[in-house]
Amino acid sequence: MGDEGPRGGMRMDLEKLRQIRGDEKMIETQALGKRYGDLVAVDGISFKVEPGQVLGFLGPNGAGKSTTMKMVAGCLAPTSGSARVCGFDVESDSLQAKRVIGYLPEGAPSYGEMSVRQFLGFIADVRGLPAATRGKRLDDVIGRLNLEGVLEQPIETLSKGFKRRVGLAQAILHDPKVLILDEPTDGLDPNQKHEVRSLINAMARDKTIIVSTHVLEEVHAVCNRAIIIARGRVLADATPAELEARSRYHQAVSMTAKDANAAREALARVVDVAAIEVDAQDGRITAFPKPGKQIFAAVNEVLKERNVSVREIALEGGRLDEVFRSITQAAPAKEARP
Amino acid sequence: MNMIKTLFKRELRSYFATPVAYVFIVIFLVLSSAFTFYLGQFYERGQADLMPFFNFLPWLYLFLVPAVAMRLWSEERKSGTIELLLTLPITMWQAVVGKFLAAWAFIGIALALTFPLWITVNYLGDPDNGVILASYIGALLMAGAFLAIGSCISAATRNQVVAFILTVVACFVLVMAGYPLVLDAFAAWAPQGLVDAVAGLSFLTHFASISKGVIDLRDLLYFLLMIGFWLYASAIVIDLKKAD
Repeated sequence: MGDEGPRGGMRMDLEKLRQIRGDEKMIETQALGKRYGDLVAVDGISFKVEPGQVLGFLGPNGAGKSTTMKMVAGCLAPTSGSARVCGFDVESDSLQAKRVIGYLPEGAPSYGEMSVRQFLGFIADVRGLPAATRGKRLDDVIGRLNLEGVLEQPIETLSKGFKRRVGLAQAILHDPKVLILDEPTDGLDPNQKHEVRSLINAMARDKTIIVSTHVLEEVHAVCNRAIIIARGRVLADATPAELEARSRYHQAVSMTAKDANAAREALARVVDVAAIEVDAQDGRITAFPKPGKQIFAAVNEVLKERNVSVREIALEGGRLDEVFRSITQAAPAKEARP
Repeated sequence: MNMIKTLFKRELRSYFATPVAYVFIVIFLVLSSAFTFYLGQFYERGQADLMPFFNFLPWLYLFLVPAVAMRLWSEERKSGTIELLLTLPITMWQAVVGKFLAAWAFIGIALALTFPLWITVNYLGDPDNGVILASYIGALLMAGAFLAIGSCISAATRNQVVAFILTVVACFVLVMAGYPLVLDAFAAWAPQGLVDAVAGLSFLTHFASISKGVIDLRDLLYFLLMIGFWLYASAIVIDLKKAD
């Protein structure tokens, strides 16, 4: 490891190459399943995650997100299928797999009676950080998560936000290639959420990350891919933008106008408008396009032509929450089809 | 080995970070002295030895050791830290042994703090210190066996009260295994060989023979095998629970 420079550069290139070729799967599950007696918690989930991806696990409560993550992280044994992390099978090569994973369990549990410094020190020892880099890694993580002020406090006396940060610090301490974060922002205030998301974004470049959440805005903020899970199955696997494109609101045009009736009349004249809806509460008018059509320009033109003045007008990208609902609440028979 | 040491250190430290350690040690010392001096009639016997102390020790351990053991795994399960522990790069065996050794060392510390009794008998008379040392070793081994049983039961439940009660019952049966209370339950239907085998499992019999000052290899082996067996069972239970 003498000449860091050229070697490091070469490694980067290789990694990039692999990324392009896409043959290196950081995480790969094959028909991973978990049943508790008659209850099927996870029903044969298969997915691959490549380097640099931040995968968002979405799904209603009890969908099997946590169960899947636990199986990948190695603290729950699957009843069927397999999972590999960096090529190591999580069951037969569990120690190797655990070395490359950083895991934040749901609720960020830690040993409450220990101080933050003691706890992170313990993790550093168990993770076997070499003495030369131990101090540096600890300082780095403590700095990144702003834990300087609470280092000597017992963890059980900390606020929820700090506890979560301690959990995150623990997960990234050994600079793992793969990060599995189970609801990292749950219960945090908006500022703390923002901090955690920035942290994830900052780490996304050189790591593979799985984040579970039921906060949809998070998908936008941190993920470049999203998997929607319900009743233990993968129902959708796409980029956040692709998911939004499935929304009824995708490419819809919404506006508020002084004269709502005039605006509606004008919109009705646009050929590609499929439907017009008016929000009962704030009077916002939304025009939905026919499938595959774009109506923004046409709507603008008609409004100008008819001299309808609008206070503001917006092109809708699509609403994730609506897509989420329609996917996860679909009839079970529909789920089987891709 | 290093890993076991790391886990051991964390665990032992955590006893002293909470009131558990101090409450346990104080209660242990107070009760053991009370038993020795009042129930054991330490002075009235007019003999300079620690028999009164070691006679009552198994009964004291019967309640105090399960109290230490009950939190070994139940607490990890309840607080969710077991997920953390199981995703660290350690083997199940390291985790089980590290935690067990910490609890054992903690009970050892409490036992060592009874040294004023030893000083007292040496001041009052001329006891056979070899016998006393053997008794201390026997006591520590017996505590280890209690603990190992407790570790296994604690691994099976997230409820500490359940773990405590079941451990007390299991230990009670093993302590009494050489006595009619337990043997009669077997004698009615089991062949003599089985009854003898059950009798041979008695903690008290093995402890009594060690505390006579004779460290017999069989007695040592009995306790060590007992510890090994129950720790192995703990690892299996945790593994099974992991699949559950």
